[in-house]
Amino acid sequence: MPVDVEARVIANTRLSTDYNVIALSAPAIATSTAPGQFVMVKLGRGSVPLLRRPFSVFQILRTNGRVDGLTLLSKRVGVTTGMLFDAVEGDVVSCLGPLGRPFQPVDPPAEAWMVAGGVGLAPFATLTEALRGRGTAVTLFYGARSGRELFYLDWFEARGVRLVLATEDGSVGDRGRVTSPLERELQCAGGLDMTVYACGPEPMLKAVARVAAKYSRPSQVSVERVMGCGLGGCYSCVIAVRDTPEGPHYVRSCIGGPVFSGADIVWD
Amino acid sequence: MNKTQSPKPPTALSVHIGSLRLSNPIIAASGCFGYGVEYRDIVDLSLLGGVAVKGLFLAERPGHRPERIVETPAGMLNAIGLQGIGVHRFIKEKLPELRQRHATVIVNICGSTLDEYVELARILSDADGVAALELNISCPNIKEGGITFGCSLNGTFDVVSAVKKVTRLPVIPKLTPNVTDVASFARASEEAGADAVSLVNTFLAMAIDVETRRPKLSNIVGGLSGPAIRPIAVRMVYECRRAVSIPVIGMGGIASAGDALEFMIAGATAVQVGTANFVDPFVWTKLLDGIRDYLGRHGIAHVSELTGTIDTAARENEWTSS
Repeated sequence: MPVDVEARVIANTRLSTDYNVIALSAPAIATSTAPGQFVMVKLGRGSVPLLRRPFSVFQILRTNGRVDGLTLLSKRVGVTTGMLFDAVEGDVVSCLGPLGRPFQPVDPPAEAWMVAGGVGLAPFATLTEALRGRGTAVTLFYGARSGRELFYLDWFEARGVRLVLATEDGSVGDRGRVTSPLERELQCAGGLDMTVYACGPEPMLKAVARVAAKYSRPSQVSVERVMGCGLGGCYSCVIAVRDTPEGPHYVRSCIGGPVFSGADIVWD
Repeated sequence: MNKTQSPKPPTALSVHIGSLRLSNPIIAASGCFGYGVEYRDIVDLSLLGGVAVKGLFLAERPGHRPERIVETPAGMLNAIGLQGIGVHRFIKEKLPELRQRHATVIVNICGSTLDEYVELARILSDADGVAALELNISCPNIKEGGITFGCSLNGTFDVVSAVKKVTRLPVIPKLTPNVTDVASFARASEEAGADAVSLVNTFLAMAIDVETRRPKLSNIVGGLSGPAIRPIAVRMVYECRRAVSIPVIGMGGIASAGDALEFMIAGATAVQVGTANFVDPFVWTKLLDGIRDYLGRHGIAHVSELTGTIDTAARENEWTSS
């Protein structure tokens, strides 16, 4: 059940001129968050910005084994992300969650191949921990504009995650889109049982879902649509899904997602 | 008046909309609260004065393509396009749970034709657990029907009187602000037998991305709601209150108890809250607590005593004496 927490900022780490990781004291949310779930965030009490914004939960924070907070990975693109970037320790962030349908982690012998584009890395820290707990082998295909925007590589490596990197400027890993090394490895995967998980820009999700289907692997993709409320009230965050005999229909990604089977989505 | 309802003693917050008694004047606005059941885990639906469910046609509707909303200064535009499950699925899949949770259900109905409104009213009058009908004659986001009734005095009169003929439920036309004189539409509604009017629906508006020169909504235009519209909505409620004697249900950017009280003082018997629920789904108890606190501070026994008590004479005196 989601709760609304006035969460104090514990720390705010700027990773670059655009990216930051903000740690929030929100144990009531963090204790019940599953990988891929999100929170709706609002800074300040004013009317600009008016609506909350959705953020995947990045990490669950623990002190001496006790859950005491969560972090959000944010890229500065608008007013709320700008405020999140500028926030300082002690500031208060309204945080409603956890919300949405999570990823379904697979068990061995199946492997998990996670595909992240840019800030779409966010849900994969908690998913990695859930998979590790099951002993599932994890690979992260991670793409960004340049090597300077690939973050937390040490964090994932320390947890035994195999990294496959791609950058648009070729500074690190493959030059180009992350879907290229994904397809190359799928070609060589033989009969390996695996599920593909993806989060990032929608064209990337579409490409991942297509290539997963081409190699007959299931995919779970986390979509990001413009969201008004996060609870199913406003019908703004819909995505076309083919799961009815009558054909595709619009499903609210806040309560029907944000995680969908890539094969169920009718991509534009 | 519907004499079959057992009389209940008045409480400090109860109000009457025609024959319908609401336990308090705070109603969840149609289009902003799904079918109510979406909120069952976090809101006690029986605590709300009413739940106005998302607008229903006879048939299911897919709604518009995304993008469906965009935020604007102190407000938001929406062009959802009345995506909906249709009246039959609503009665089968949603109404039983709303009934079980003791929600006071106001069903918002939309028609492409006058006959569709009549048919919807007939069907819902036979359903168990519907407290009132709100006639959506004001949605700015669909091409056919709806607002074409709400933008014509004759159309408003015709649809209200046709629905009144086939139902004993209170009938509440929801008025559009996108007309020159909204009070004349309240009068046409009253003359046609409406039990109340609700206003305002959203203001037709648009927003453009200057970099791409593309509209920010797929529908190009949409309806503006939120705090940005509140002063205009208050003025329109004030005008309607002076034009009719049936109850006025006010809405438009209410986010606090003070906002709700402002509408009531302007002339509203009850209010609806929409956009604020998106920002804070726990807003309901805050609104009710704030109203109780106000009544206590001002020594007012019953919230309905506030309706239309705006003191314009005092304002005039202040001006003349300065």
